[in-house]
Amino acid sequence: MNTEFLGIIATFLLTLVIAIPLGKYLAKVFAGEKVWTDFLNPIEKGIYKLSGINPKEQMNWKQHLKVLLLINSVWLVYGFVVLIYQDKLPLNPDGNPGMTADLAFNTIISFVANCNLQHYSGESGVSYLTQQYVLMFLQFVSAATGIAAAVVLFKAFRDKTSETLGNFWEFFVKAITRLLLPIAIVIALILTFNGTPSSYESKDQFISMQGDTVNVSRGPAAQFIAIKHLGTNGGGFFGANSAHPFENPNYITNMVEMMAQTIIPIAMVICFGYFIRRRKLGWMIFGVMTIGMLLLMIPSLSSELGGNPEIAKMGISQHTGAMEGKEVRVGPAATAYWSTLTTIISTGSVNGMHDSTMPLTGLWQLLAMMINGFYGGCGVGMLNYFIYLIIAVFISGLMVGRTPEFLGHKVEAREIKIAAIITLLSPFLILAGTAVSAHLFTNYGDATWTVQPKNWLNNPGFHGFSEMLYEMTSSNANNGSGFEGLGDNNTFWNLSTGIVIFLGRFLPIIGPVAIAGLLGRKKFIPESAGTLKTDTLTFSLMTFAIIIVLNALSYFPALTLGPLAEYFTMLK
Amino acid sequence: MKKYIIQSIRLTLVLIVLLCIIYPMGIALAGKLSKGNGGGEKITKNGKVVGYALLGQSFTKPEYFWGRPSAVNYNAAGSAGSNKGPSNPDYLKEVAARIDTLLKYNPSLKRADIPADMVTASGSGLDPNISEQGAIIQIKRIAAYRKIDERKIAELVVKNTNGPLLGLFGPSTVNVLQLNLALDELK
Repeated sequence: MNTEFLGIIATFLLTLVIAIPLGKYLAKVFAGEKVWTDFLNPIEKGIYKLSGINPKEQMNWKQHLKVLLLINSVWLVYGFVVLIYQDKLPLNPDGNPGMTADLAFNTIISFVANCNLQHYSGESGVSYLTQQYVLMFLQFVSAATGIAAAVVLFKAFRDKTSETLGNFWEFFVKAITRLLLPIAIVIALILTFNGTPSSYESKDQFISMQGDTVNVSRGPAAQFIAIKHLGTNGGGFFGANSAHPFENPNYITNMVEMMAQTIIPIAMVICFGYFIRRRKLGWMIFGVMTIGMLLLMIPSLSSELGGNPEIAKMGISQHTGAMEGKEVRVGPAATAYWSTLTTIISTGSVNGMHDSTMPLTGLWQLLAMMINGFYGGCGVGMLNYFIYLIIAVFISGLMVGRTPEFLGHKVEAREIKIAAIITLLSPFLILAGTAVSAHLFTNYGDATWTVQPKNWLNNPGFHGFSEMLYEMTSSNANNGSGFEGLGDNNTFWNLSTGIVIFLGRFLPIIGPVAIAGLLGRKKFIPESAGTLKTDTLTFSLMTFAIIIVLNALSYFPALTLGPLAEYFTMLK
Repeated sequence: MKKYIIQSIRLTLVLIVLLCIIYPMGIALAGKLSKGNGGGEKITKNGKVVGYALLGQSFTKPEYFWGRPSAVNYNAAGSAGSNKGPSNPDYLKEVAARIDTLLKYNPSLKRADIPADMVTASGSGLDPNISEQGAIIQIKRIAAYRKIDERKIAELVVKNTNGPLLGLFGPSTVNVLQLNLALDELK
């Protein structure tokens, strides 16, 4: 047991040892200062030249968003076509079929949006071509999109007043060449030398010791799993995601994969502080996020290590904790820690099945995705947290009776309206989506669909409600993990979650970038005695309180119907 | 607008070459140097492949150590967990039935000694490991079926228990396939 705790603590400390210097490095990279990776300059020049891009061209916030949305549209079209026709394209040694239109719709949005919700299973649903040329490609570029959008926002606060905010292509390409690709190479090598397959060989067959014939799915998985974590994507190469022994062979790889998904989100916070030359603000944000992470992680840990009370009644020993859906080589402690990381950050990869975790662990997982800003996904975590900051500035301003200001720029009606819309969007999508699915389940259970609504759920009662709530929450947060008992590969779930993922991705990128663009070009007001300082302990506590209050008000009723109700029933 | 669309398409093509051809091919080449040459490490017995080092396989015969229950019956071409919720009554019945099976095949076993991992399905359905306790409770049964001294088998379990990483981090595990291979070697 103690070694399991030590494992988590060591993982977190090692994460910080990498993430903090990485954040400082990123601040220099995006500011165009000299860094040791400048030897990659010629490669970047080559990329710009072949693509007809002038990286010196300055863009305002609207141009940034235009470019971002255009290139994302290109990926949507390209990926959709490949997914539909993958059976007729090369690199399909296992002969897997093409996707149906609704599944392809869901899958392509899910991967473009850095969500990686998967309604197919990796072994049987996609070809190697799809895995690499569409899904893995999108794992790189969707992460780079998020990072570039965050850098645009940072740029708005670097100088006193700025109309133009740098070049989107430059941020995007550098996010790949200076950050994602080099680290992904290191991780992929660690994985492949620990046993994760990396070759293009097709399925294998062997006769087991007891004489059973066993088919083994393989493929170039190490490359995929490296970027799936580093880019906070989370989609598995195999159906069981990182619980699969090929995806996550041992405790070392488990530590590496946990670190991989956490370093960029933390680095982006540190990068923010250094980039806008307000280091203290960066550290304060990091502090709030870390406290939030711990407050979600410690209770998860305790409820998983406590074991399942229903199984305890059967009189067996749960000395290692609850084991359903978990792997022995990982253990419940590291599974609980991972479940917190993967939900606060929008990774959504799993090393144990969330559907089988204890009710309260499920509660913390849901809440983590609802908040979606403690570290958060690659780049978008900072964008989400920025909205909380603006709301906190506004409310604090009202409390002291002054015009709210953020980093020397007046926050006025237009910015607040955008922030309010983005804040309200999440509860609307999650709760309306869950309400519609619960309505269909109860009132139209016999509808003659491919999967009848009454057969959607793998578990009865409150837990079944949690399965639907989780699916919608995960989609909106662009997380991609699931209570996988849900029968989700059918028209209703494919279309509804596809739409939720799309809105939950692009509006929360457009909103913060627009606010930053609008603020950045306003006249700079020098700090005075009456300025509300945003890098103080008081303001950090205020932001934390706002985050808790906003989310508690939005989601408490839904959480009561699902995990809380299940918890109290099990207490009986 | 048109300029941006053309740039988007060209950049996408360039990045596909970098990220989908150069990067994965490079890793695949390096992977050739790993155990199993990047295709997964295989375990052979008398020149025949009997399994993959990392993948669990089904053991149901009483003279072998059993692994964990699997929701997909150890199908290595379709991994999955059970996804059963902790309060699901059908699931709890299943667990109770697994406990009864263990008690039936291991008559001297006490309920309180059964570790949870032996009666719950793993996340992948392919878990190659059990806990040390999960192996210890099976020693008597195997000794009886194989007519080998219990102490010899207990020694084997100790020898095949892998401690935490560096002795410090994570749980200890027993690899069921390796343990059973060693068991077959025992005379």
